[in-house]
Amino acid sequence: MTDTTRTEVQKTETKAPAERQGAAQASADTRALLPRVDVLEDERGITLLADLPGVPRDQLDIKVDGETLTIEGTVATATPQALQPAYVELRLPRFRRAFTLSRELDAGRIEANLKDGVLNLRIPKLEHAQPRRVTVNVT
Amino acid sequence: MYESLWNFPGGVWSEFDRLRRELDDVFGNGQPSSIRSAAPGTFPAINVGQTPSSVEVYAFAPGIDASKIEVVIDRGVLTISGERPAAQAGTDQRVSVYTRERPTGAFKRALSLPDDVDPTRVQATYRDGVLNVSIARREEAQPKRITVQ
Repeated sequence: MTDTTRTEVQKTETKAPAERQGAAQASADTRALLPRVDVLEDERGITLLADLPGVPRDQLDIKVDGETLTIEGTVATATPQALQPAYVELRLPRFRRAFTLSRELDAGRIEANLKDGVLNLRIPKLEHAQPRRVTVNVT
Repeated sequence: MYESLWNFPGGVWSEFDRLRRELDDVFGNGQPSSIRSAAPGTFPAINVGQTPSSVEVYAFAPGIDASKIEVVIDRGVLTISGERPAAQAGTDQRVSVYTRERPTGAFKRALSLPDDVDPTRVQATYRDGVLNVSIARREEAQPKRITVQ
């Protein structure tokens, strides 16, 4: 099942430039794990794959704020009532990671696809930024 | 590949986290670990919980073909194994790889189940990248309320 674009472009005033790849948040309420990502670049854009196990489409939030791309997801795996944890390796039900995008990327045309907990983001480059052959004239 | 999803080079807490992790690795927490334990950060992460009527195992393994996951219970040991193929090979365009943190390849996790589970009543579902294996406890092992006359 393919899910299409889910980006929201938000304009906010006071945003210090985010770190290139965000560290865990300090506030206890919104602590989140860093999802593992693969980042690949080709001539036409960047492909970002993120592991977000347990995050359904309605719990996934992708935001672009100026230069910052933030991916956030909440784990919503159904668990029975009265479940007592016995052994826990994944300690938080939330993933968050932020990236700064460089200017040749076209944040308005990001495509997102979430399948089986893997987020596939495609960030194309702006038209004028794509490699172009320049012919050399010999005079 | 980062051992801990908390730690990240350059993060504010990264120095303390690394120190804590190093101490843990050297001293452990004093308790013997399971003979089938895996190193922290092994893919897939596993959470285990219990209810009065079942044992629930969650394996966080996104991007796997559900029909190819093997879940086996043998003499009280639950084994989850499968394979995550490496991401699509490049197209004919040149591809630069900046980060490859997502683990790929074959994986296998094993854990021993408590004695009171019934290995014939097992359900496994795979949803949003999480494999949930639910093993019911034996009927006679479930707690029963005894009313006092």
